[in-house]
Amino acid sequence: MTDTRHLVVVGNGMVGHRLVSALRDRDEHGEWRITVLGEETRQAYDRVALSSYVDGTSEEELRLAELVDPLVDLRLGDPVVAIDRERRTVRTASGAALTYDALVLATGSVPFVPPVPGKDLPNCFVYRTLDDLDAIQAAAAAAVAKPGPGRRSAVVVGGGLLGLEAARAMRLLGLSPQVVEIAPRLMPAQVDEGGGALLRELVTGQDIAVRTGVAVSGIREERDRLVATLSDEVELDADLVVFSAGIRAQDALARSCDLPVGERGGVLVDARCRTHDENIWAIGECAALEGRTYGLVAPGYAMAEVVADRLLGGRATMTPEELDMSTKLKLLGVEVASFGDAHATTEGALEVVVNDPVAGTYSKIVVSDDAQTLLGGVLVGDASKYSTLRPLVGAKLPADPVAMIAPGGVELGADALPDSAQICSCNAVTKGTLKNAIHAEGCRTVPDLKACTKAGTTCGSCVPLLKKMLVDEGVEVSKALCEHFTYSRAELFEIIASTGIRTFTELVEKHGTGRGCDLCKPAVASILASLGNGHIHEGEQATLQDTNDHFLANMQRNGTYSVVPRIAGGEITPEGLIVIGEVARDFGLYTKITGGQRIDMFGARVEQLPAIWKRLVDAGFESGHAYGKSLRTVKSCVGSSWCRYGVQDSVGMAVLLELRYRGLRSPHKLKSGVSGCARECAEARSKDFGVIATEKGWNLYVGGNGGATPKHAQLLVQDVDQETLIRTIDRYLMFYIRTADRLQRTAPWLEGLEGGLDHLREVIVDDSLGICAELDAAMALHVENYADEWRGVLEDPKKLERFVSFVNEPGTPDPTISFVTERGQPVPAPRAGDPEPVLIGVPAFGRQEVQ
Amino acid sequence: MTTTDERPAAETLDTDLRWETACPLERLQPERGVAALFGDEQVAIFRTHDGSLHALGNVDPRSGAAVLSRGIVGDRGGEPIVASPVYKEAYSLVDGRCLDAPGVSVPVHPVRLRDGLVQIGLR
Repeated sequence: MTDTRHLVVVGNGMVGHRLVSALRDRDEHGEWRITVLGEETRQAYDRVALSSYVDGTSEEELRLAELVDPLVDLRLGDPVVAIDRERRTVRTASGAALTYDALVLATGSVPFVPPVPGKDLPNCFVYRTLDDLDAIQAAAAAAVAKPGPGRRSAVVVGGGLLGLEAARAMRLLGLSPQVVEIAPRLMPAQVDEGGGALLRELVTGQDIAVRTGVAVSGIREERDRLVATLSDEVELDADLVVFSAGIRAQDALARSCDLPVGERGGVLVDARCRTHDENIWAIGECAALEGRTYGLVAPGYAMAEVVADRLLGGRATMTPEELDMSTKLKLLGVEVASFGDAHATTEGALEVVVNDPVAGTYSKIVVSDDAQTLLGGVLVGDASKYSTLRPLVGAKLPADPVAMIAPGGVELGADALPDSAQICSCNAVTKGTLKNAIHAEGCRTVPDLKACTKAGTTCGSCVPLLKKMLVDEGVEVSKALCEHFTYSRAELFEIIASTGIRTFTELVEKHGTGRGCDLCKPAVASILASLGNGHIHEGEQATLQDTNDHFLANMQRNGTYSVVPRIAGGEITPEGLIVIGEVARDFGLYTKITGGQRIDMFGARVEQLPAIWKRLVDAGFESGHAYGKSLRTVKSCVGSSWCRYGVQDSVGMAVLLELRYRGLRSPHKLKSGVSGCARECAEARSKDFGVIATEKGWNLYVGGNGGATPKHAQLLVQDVDQETLIRTIDRYLMFYIRTADRLQRTAPWLEGLEGGLDHLREVIVDDSLGICAELDAAMALHVENYADEWRGVLEDPKKLERFVSFVNEPGTPDPTISFVTERGQPVPAPRAGDPEPVLIGVPAFGRQEVQ
Repeated sequence: MTTTDERPAAETLDTDLRWETACPLERLQPERGVAALFGDEQVAIFRTHDGSLHALGNVDPRSGAAVLSRGIVGDRGGEPIVASPVYKEAYSLVDGRCLDAPGVSVPVHPVRLRDGLVQIGLR
């Protein structure tokens, strides 16, 4: 280890984190060991998404991937207080001294607070860290709880991007926000006068007061509130004042060790991101590249990549494209985008504007004096064209400038862009890189591309373009289900629902070719079942079911089946447990507790299934649909009935939900969970829909997943009552069933849904598509028509006829099935060709004895 | 293979064949197989949508489980197939070859219809 050099990184924000992960990715020989010294006590988190913390996104979700690595030593809450450049040593607040071979400053920035009297009074805050937000939330809650008439209010100083985010947060916290911006318009850095005018209109329409062209000149306390005086003498009463008027590079350490800084702050660095000291680098918001600082994450990431490369002997430098200040965001439901030379500062630049106050959209592009080259633009109200326009900056316009932004004008795809065009500006990923990922690395889906190139992983605005690229490059050729149908599952659903076709034969004759296969038949069976077509073994439908649905049990590797009765919410009586135990014992079944809080009985032969189920049905059990692409279980914690911490009856809710959605056929299996308090013991957020009790009602989370690609469910609605909760789940499930692909779980469905969670909320909460009544009716039909499938089989001799081992010897067991005993229970006997069993945890000598 | 209109099938000249009755024709739902046991030989019997009868060995070569009769019946490019319910490989109902794994196949048995009964030819 003597060859290992020591890198000290000062700062554990997004950019510092990126440097460490980039260096560890590339440093194959372990040349560097790294110590990270962070001021905040928290793990690195996604500061770009800071405001989502107020919506209920937890700190864990905002956290960046943890760097667990023997070569990385992360020390939080211990900031560097001094640098000794001569001895190449840093000293921390706790007194530790560390010697470095290379030092990287990634200290970010500090909020700019105008030097007005009263700025340090209690209830004056900045908006920068999770700690700030915790303090703001506490103060807002205290203000709202104060007795007295009138609504509580907050003054937000600064009407830029961060100011508007802060205003939105204030509104969410129950305060009336008033935004004060010194410039003549909102978001002055990003939008022009026309765009600013529309933005102001859209923002004030949402109960946010806006004052532009004025500054705060002082703050004083009066009774127990604050009064902010503005430069035009107006006085605003407020319970809180939030400063979000921009940031200043945090360059204090550099100044204290005499490193040169820029005129307007920031440690001066060259194109390699190196300071005047050859052993010290600076990246992110604290660095001034050619005298200029950058307050966006994308240039910071690019700097981190450059330094990682340089530390390993590479020759990377910052390029002008990496300093792209383009932005696209959705604030208060208003889309705003700004890219390239948005303010038309290039000599001779022409501005082309399409302003539609009726539709609430403003679009401007800036082109060169010959109207041939795109230089930049501003989009307000509808920024959907951003993802195709921004990569074209500097390139020849493919169409007339007006047609590029006019409604109904030219729709550009990724195919119009040159390979050098950046598709993802946050992570500086070009079209060429993505093409290579598709053709050389074998990426086939948007998640593949995200994992391989990091494109689309920061702000996500380029995801639609990634999708288009996959189609353009011939990867996602079509959504056709299989060779028998050119339609996607969602399209087939619409065809079946609207035409009233109720048999596969009619469907394939009118809308497909051939006789189907194991891809389309179960998909059609599922659609027919979702639309309420009676018992799944009725008539021709029986031939569409795959083997599990054929025998209403789960086939195991030796051709036997497992049996799972429904235990709604995981709640079962002692009598019920005894029945299951007796059945398993009498039929010689292996039993195991499932992850979904029920009991699985393995090793049933096909001809035993009716007798087993007769016993179970007689005892009051019903099918658990463990075999179906349908609702499996609603897991629950014990809730307020027993638990000292529970705030709602989670078991009761789980039983209610499980009984409501039992038997609902869907594109893939559905899992759910209900937790009785925020401790989340039911792990509801790993489910397709998870419910967590709050003091005021229920929170609903959707699109979670365990399995190979775990994903936390996202908050859809908050603190709702039982009726609203159930109505929202009804619509969510029915919308998923109608629009998902075959075998697509809710997590990838939601990820692929254009507009994501916001769009889902618009559709099923605000009814933006006008389909909620249909979705409600479909679920009502399901609930009304539910019948136990196993009872249906036991009561129909025609259906029972199929549960035989052999058509000519119905009672003879399959002679190829045999069992051996393992840990006191039967398991399938090994067959020739099975892999040798490997004992885990048995010492080597023990294995020799076994032989 | 044979058809259900009782025309004599292209019966093999193999005189060593022993014909065994599996079940009445109406017991075979189109596109849904059944298994039959003759001695220790398991046969999967299928009736396709056009009325043709087919019989394959019932054991799935990959898993060793006797379950081919429980697969989904359909076609691939017009060739009638059954998809193994274990790992989903397609087997031709005509010649028993696996369409997804070259060199793998299952036995094919002659089938005929006599007096409304489905019969399998065994060697």
